[in-house]
Amino acid sequence: MRIGESVLRPDGPAKARGDFVYSSDLRVDGMLWGATVRSPHPYARIVSIDTMEAGAMPGVKAVLTHQDVPGRNLYGLEIEDQPVLASEVVRYWGEAVALVAAEHPEQARRAAEKLRVEYEVLQPVTDPDYALTSDAPRLHPDGNITRRVKIRHGEADPTADIVVKGEYEIGMQDQAPLGPESGLAIPDGEGGVDLHIATQWLHIDQKQLAGVLGLPPEKVRLTMAGIGGAFGAREDLSMQAHACMLALKTGRPVKISYSRTESFVGHVHRHPGRLIYEHGANRDGRLVYVKARILLDGGAYASSSTAVIANASCFAAGPYRCPNANIDGMVVYTNNPPCGAMRGFGSVQNCYAHEAQMDKLAEALGMDPVELRMRNALETGDEMITGQVIDGPVPVAELLRRVLSMPLPASGEFSGRAGRVLDGLVPQGEGGDVELTSRPGGVSNATHGESVVRGVGYAVGFKNIGYSEGFDDYSTARVRLSVADGRPRVEVHTASAEVGQGLVTVQAQIAATEIGVTDVVVLNADTRVGSSGSSSASRQTYITGGAVKAASEAVRERVLELAQSELRAASGLRIENDAVVDAVGNQVIALATLLGDAVIDETREFRPRRTHHLDPETGQANAHMQYAFAAHRAVVDVDTELGLIKVVELATAQDVGKAINPIAVQGQLEGGAAQGLGLAVMEEIQVKDGVIRNASFTDYLLPTILDMPPVRMDILELGDPNSPYGLKGVGEPPTISSGPAIVAAIRAATGREITRVPVRPHDLTL
Amino acid sequence: MEFFQPATWAEALQMKAAHPEAVPIAGGTDVMVEINLDHQRPAAIMDLNRIRELAEWERYDGMLRIGAGVTYTRLIDELGDRLPGLAMASRTVGSPQIRNRGTVGGNLGTASPAGDAHPPLLATDAIVELASTSGTRHVAIHEFFTGPKRNAMRKDELIAAFLVHPATGPQQFSKVGTRNAMVIAVCSFAVSLDPTHRSVGTGIGSAGPTPLRAPRAEHFIEDVLLDENLWNRKAEVSASALKRFGDLVARAAKPIDDVRGTAAYRRHALAVLARRCMTWAWNDYRLAA
Repeated sequence: MRIGESVLRPDGPAKARGDFVYSSDLRVDGMLWGATVRSPHPYARIVSIDTMEAGAMPGVKAVLTHQDVPGRNLYGLEIEDQPVLASEVVRYWGEAVALVAAEHPEQARRAAEKLRVEYEVLQPVTDPDYALTSDAPRLHPDGNITRRVKIRHGEADPTADIVVKGEYEIGMQDQAPLGPESGLAIPDGEGGVDLHIATQWLHIDQKQLAGVLGLPPEKVRLTMAGIGGAFGAREDLSMQAHACMLALKTGRPVKISYSRTESFVGHVHRHPGRLIYEHGANRDGRLVYVKARILLDGGAYASSSTAVIANASCFAAGPYRCPNANIDGMVVYTNNPPCGAMRGFGSVQNCYAHEAQMDKLAEALGMDPVELRMRNALETGDEMITGQVIDGPVPVAELLRRVLSMPLPASGEFSGRAGRVLDGLVPQGEGGDVELTSRPGGVSNATHGESVVRGVGYAVGFKNIGYSEGFDDYSTARVRLSVADGRPRVEVHTASAEVGQGLVTVQAQIAATEIGVTDVVVLNADTRVGSSGSSSASRQTYITGGAVKAASEAVRERVLELAQSELRAASGLRIENDAVVDAVGNQVIALATLLGDAVIDETREFRPRRTHHLDPETGQANAHMQYAFAAHRAVVDVDTELGLIKVVELATAQDVGKAINPIAVQGQLEGGAAQGLGLAVMEEIQVKDGVIRNASFTDYLLPTILDMPPVRMDILELGDPNSPYGLKGVGEPPTISSGPAIVAAIRAATGREITRVPVRPHDLTL
Repeated sequence: MEFFQPATWAEALQMKAAHPEAVPIAGGTDVMVEINLDHQRPAAIMDLNRIRELAEWERYDGMLRIGAGVTYTRLIDELGDRLPGLAMASRTVGSPQIRNRGTVGGNLGTASPAGDAHPPLLATDAIVELASTSGTRHVAIHEFFTGPKRNAMRKDELIAAFLVHPATGPQQFSKVGTRNAMVIAVCSFAVSLDPTHRSVGTGIGSAGPTPLRAPRAEHFIEDVLLDENLWNRKAEVSASALKRFGDLVARAAKPIDDVRGTAAYRRHALAVLARRCMTWAWNDYRLAA
């Protein structure tokens, strides 16, 4: 149970058996079901809403519109620009307009169909470039630019020997958590409400709900419900306010659980992007400058767009030394689905571009692409394009060296250089010699080896850990030591969201390590304890881990003080295996005996280093507090006639500082790479004229076990001097460079200049 | 919603006659999805799972008569040697769980142009057996599909079975999907060689309003095989003939652009699939002992 040991998730068996209670499984006697009436238009003016017929339907207990929002009908993570229920205009397809509560979910759905909304349909703005023009209608009072980030670093007009240019397009990815948005709101009969909810940050939900419901925060209490994945999709409010409004109105518990289709309009997505790049380098391969224009489509509402574009801009040049940079990052409002947080958070889109550019540059220079990367790799003490001097371990070149030196699958060759693999090294086989499932197309029996070409590609990426730009990053932990059934027991209580990432074991491991007690229970998260911030930005092990460490240390100090005063013992006491021991490890007293009925209860907040706002004109600042790096190598087989792909292997090296729970770290590296693979070759929300065309798992394809290869992993623990235990955030880097490595391998196999992801079969054949 | 659960086939036919609006359900892998997604709210559902004879297959007049309720898994396990093309197609249907529930009868009932079973049924001239209280009729598979998700069934009919000849030669099935398993076809193709009759059958999936045959491609390759005495010589078919066969298959398709792929890509991919399937099937024939 100590840090550094692989610990299994406590909820693993229940999840495997199907016994785990997810938020969508919540139920309580007498509860009503809520349904949401949504806009069928991406952009329209609401002329009138008639609730009469819906209200008269069987079983219906309430029909609510914007007029029923008790508090302020606006919310948002960074900018309050989104109504809980649309009042005058709808700005995206599927925007919530009204709510129904009924005895049965089918009654609620049928009543929702009877709600009459008269719309004056408007021409939607669906092209982010058009949104920037003066012709485009202003979708929000301050115009269509949600945020522009300018980075001006070094010389204004640098020149270089070799210049390469490229334009790249990134499709809209979905977080696709398997658990849909769902929760249960229970009115307390005194004007307040208890909400059981699967979310990434209880306290930001509470804050926004208090405003929307017109209640003081203490009257809106939240308890974490079982979460079926998050990946950024649960950072914004979805059904939280709706369920609370219906519960407060009807005086009865109200459950809302989205269908899969509704989930696609019920949460934000990864920003699609258009990126225009120019790299300049000297003949020796050293980067002289990077110029980039990054345009992200934020869709109808801001969500976390302003922070996403900051990341996309700050990390636009990749983890490379670059003396001169001119970056224009823009995120705009359109009438497309709103976009916000998703694993990688702005660092994914630009990684496709800067890594494609590095490969292009290598080709122009006649240099090996990995060698070029290593030559420009950021090192400790280097200045980034934001002017920040990067400290702590910065093992960019080392990570590349390690993935480069891993053996290649099947061929057994080492040092698999980027490029097309010679035919002799690709297992061919006739017909049944090689299993279909290992071929492009898999079980579809599309090739028996015909036209299959193997490519090898590399990519490296990085991003910040934790919040940036001055946002107050902190977490609160309460640690309580008492004696239960004759044994010392530690309870850890935080408001942090266990979203599947494994924070539950991390908290227990830290408390067990610091206090020396074997029985540690992590209580379910709720708002009775202070905020822990969100489960996002790969930050919880660092920040909440830091808070649990601080509170645990405080508990330990009090135990040792107690031991010393009670026993007048010598100094040098420690706690080990539920007992106070002396400097040589001999038991002085059992903890249970020492404590008796006493309870030691300590709460601590933990804050990492402060960060600072980007200068609005130059983008220069110490805007981030920690950076994490990963490199990937992809080996990909491509059926060049059909454009089908089989990723044969992913190899990765990542510095995690300190692996608190190694098996969970491995899970993050595999899962993150799978999500990166998804965007590279299949995952895309297809939007036409503002309407999602594939809002289901029938046509929004996620990788299966036949698409996701084994991951060869090299996990480095280099130790960051600034963080608890030297750890680094782990969850996001695997999602950043895995996809770009796959695309590089596809380019190497096909010789095609691929500028758009996901790569579609027709992009490789027509 | 009314729920019918006939215990016998005769009872099922009577119920269907009395309630033609009742939607039959076997594995539920299509119908339940439609209901769950609220695409369909049938007034009545008829559960056919209690009817034992629907889940049976038998030899019938030189053919195999396969009950509409036989699952894909059983087709693969019990009939894979006699219906290799259909078995190959069945292996590409969904996941193991779906194959354990889904049936060819259901595939025919839904009549989606993307139904994986359809191309091999077309390539082997299968017959659909439809039944009602007024009797049984046999519909040739190429007359069964009448439009997108439409078929030749009357409202009072149920699918009893399909009939198909056991393979006399090699068969192949191949499909394109943008995922390596559990994917709806972007396009698919089946070919069946019949050395006894010196004929070649084809079937195209997901590239037209209905599953299609490619008669010109069939005639062309049959002529090549006869003219060059290839059935007897067991020699290779020329690359140019195989390419022409693929092109004719592509020409027979009537694809559209949709969320799964473009019309241009579907034509392109069909030409490749048809050439490869024909090559594999012919090599199997040539190299068979």
